[in-house]
Amino acid sequence: MNFLNFLISGVSLGSVYAIIALGYTMVYGIAKMLNFAHGDVIMVGAYVCFFAISRFSLPPLLGVLLAVLLCTVLGIVIEKLAYKPLRAAPSLAVLITAIGVSYFLQNAAQLLWTSNPKVFPSFLHFGETGGVELFGGQLRISYITIVTIAVCVVIMLALTAFTGNTKMGKAMRACSEDKGAAQLMGINVNTTISVTFAIGSGLAAIAGVLLCSAYPTLVPTTGSMPGIKAFTAAVFGGIGSIPGAFLGGLLLGVIEILAKAYISTQLSDAIVFAVLIIVLLIKPSGLLGKPINEKV
Amino acid sequence: MKKFHKTLALALSLALCALLLAACGETPAPQGGAQDSTPADGAVVIKIGGTGPLTGGAAIYGNAVKNAAEIAVEEINAMDGIHFELKFEDDQHDAEKAVNAYNTLKDWGMQISLGSVTSKPCEATSAETYADRIFALTPSASSTAVIELDATADPVTYKDNQFQMCFTDPNQGSASAQYIYDKGLASKVAVIWKNDDVYSMGIYNTFVARAAELGLEVVSDTTFADGNDTDFSVQIADAQSKGAELVFLPMYYQPASLIFNQAKAAGYAPAWFGVDGMDGILTLDGFDTALAEGVYLLTPFNADSTDARTVAFVDKYQERFGDIPNQFAADAYDCVYAYYQACTAAGITADMSAEAVCEAMIAQFTTMSYDGLTGDGMTWDATGAVTKSPKGMVIQNGAYVGLD
Repeated sequence: MNFLNFLISGVSLGSVYAIIALGYTMVYGIAKMLNFAHGDVIMVGAYVCFFAISRFSLPPLLGVLLAVLLCTVLGIVIEKLAYKPLRAAPSLAVLITAIGVSYFLQNAAQLLWTSNPKVFPSFLHFGETGGVELFGGQLRISYITIVTIAVCVVIMLALTAFTGNTKMGKAMRACSEDKGAAQLMGINVNTTISVTFAIGSGLAAIAGVLLCSAYPTLVPTTGSMPGIKAFTAAVFGGIGSIPGAFLGGLLLGVIEILAKAYISTQLSDAIVFAVLIIVLLIKPSGLLGKPINEKV
Repeated sequence: MKKFHKTLALALSLALCALLLAACGETPAPQGGAQDSTPADGAVVIKIGGTGPLTGGAAIYGNAVKNAAEIAVEEINAMDGIHFELKFEDDQHDAEKAVNAYNTLKDWGMQISLGSVTSKPCEATSAETYADRIFALTPSASSTAVIELDATADPVTYKDNQFQMCFTDPNQGSASAQYIYDKGLASKVAVIWKNDDVYSMGIYNTFVARAAELGLEVVSDTTFADGNDTDFSVQIADAQSKGAELVFLPMYYQPASLIFNQAKAAGYAPAWFGVDGMDGILTLDGFDTALAEGVYLLTPFNADSTDARTVAFVDKYQERFGDIPNQFAADAYDCVYAYYQACTAAGITADMSAEAVCEAMIAQFTTMSYDGLTGDGMTWDATGAVTKSPKGMVIQNGAYVGLD
């Protein structure tokens, strides 16, 4: 029963990684760039939701919507100011800029909201225990975990349907395959990439709310470590692959918790990253990633 | 394929860099600024400097120290005799920024120092004060590394001019074990500690050693670290399944708030026992204080005490800053008064160099006995560690209540 409990803890942690990884993988899959500021957009989303609910007493759903809206706008602004001028630059320049944006957001958050920790309101916490109990209370799955996984699945399906069936989605896939050719075919590459960022940042806001609902502490660096773990999860699952991000996130969470429970609480992070290295040695494109063969 | 490998290798190495940098993620914020008190004409005015986190995650401690030190300086300046001028700089709980802040204070002409508020920055500034021969008495940096000069030497050597107003971490650990044993709070104990933090580890080591001597059984021993400090389900399950009646938490209040939250969700309600880092949990923004109900903590200061000096200090602090002062504030208040007593006894004058003041202070502190808010008859040995007795506190109805 203990093992099942650890498994559930792993799944709840993993579901949070998964939802962050979805944003990473979506931006990487289309814009072919690693948006290291993703974790910090998550933090901004969580702060917006926190202030909407705690300070302005808005209903939780409105707070989440507001967070999504503001983060979408923030994503578009970041893309326009920081990434668009570098469209033709080498990918290294964009990567470093992304890290710069990440630090800018953290510092700005600290100036605006100070770094005194805030406790996120638990609006996904219903009833006495905040979860479903099985086997006479021996197993407990919290509602937050259920909501996170459900949201993950919905986002996954929606993203797959969007990229597969809509005109914009087709444009995105075309851009991801060959920007130059896509432009020649009459696709507006700049708009397409902006829309990708807008969607990615909107997803980050949802991830931020769910992250802080599961682990209710909020400081300006809240997004950075989960962001890095989620990036790891996205690489683990095969970066660019939407189901891969989901699978990678869940597995990473489960491995982390089981390593803590059965091997050592001191070494759990080392074990998680060692597993990543092994997987990449055996399958360099990640679990569900497609190997890309480039003709030279 | 090759290109993909390259991108991935680059990304992973950058992720590693980011991981390394994540620890330094505490970032600039507005300057705390100097709070100069105006000296009366003709009086002997001694310049006291100190650094502490006025912004950032540990700001609650730095501000408590600064506020209380200001009150003490004001009271002393209203009396005849030696007067103080206080300048307090922000270090954001960062060793490098603390050294910069220290240099600012040195340029200003600091004659005696309040060190730094938190342990890691104070380790850095104590090396500077030792080299510059400026006497330092830290209100709250409790790590032994603060007062040690060479911990690898046998016997360990100590900085002769760095003193502490608070207990050292090892003292906190052994005193906590002793207290749990004396009061019969539990026989089976769990410890959750932070393995990348000298503060947490210092307390943990002596707690476990003392517990073994006393026959307290440590049934569960689990850790966490930076970046791994959100999910405590494994640690809580371990303590719960091994039947720990009390969980000892040598850590700051932010991870502790998550532990309380997750333990409640897991239906685990042991007795909790914290140390001085737990002080501040009740003022955490948005925290449900019911979660901390019944938490024990060992602190040298009890704001509910009926002692006349404590009542006067608490009233004044509350009136000016709107909060009940915590033990950091009381320690800082004591530091300033201990300096007052020592400076008066040594006949310090304003034109004395920091080095001359330093020698006089070392002579005073190793021989004098001081009565303050955080204990009567405090004495210091040559290592700089203080001797005083801790008081047990428990959180009841969202407030600290003294147990003794």
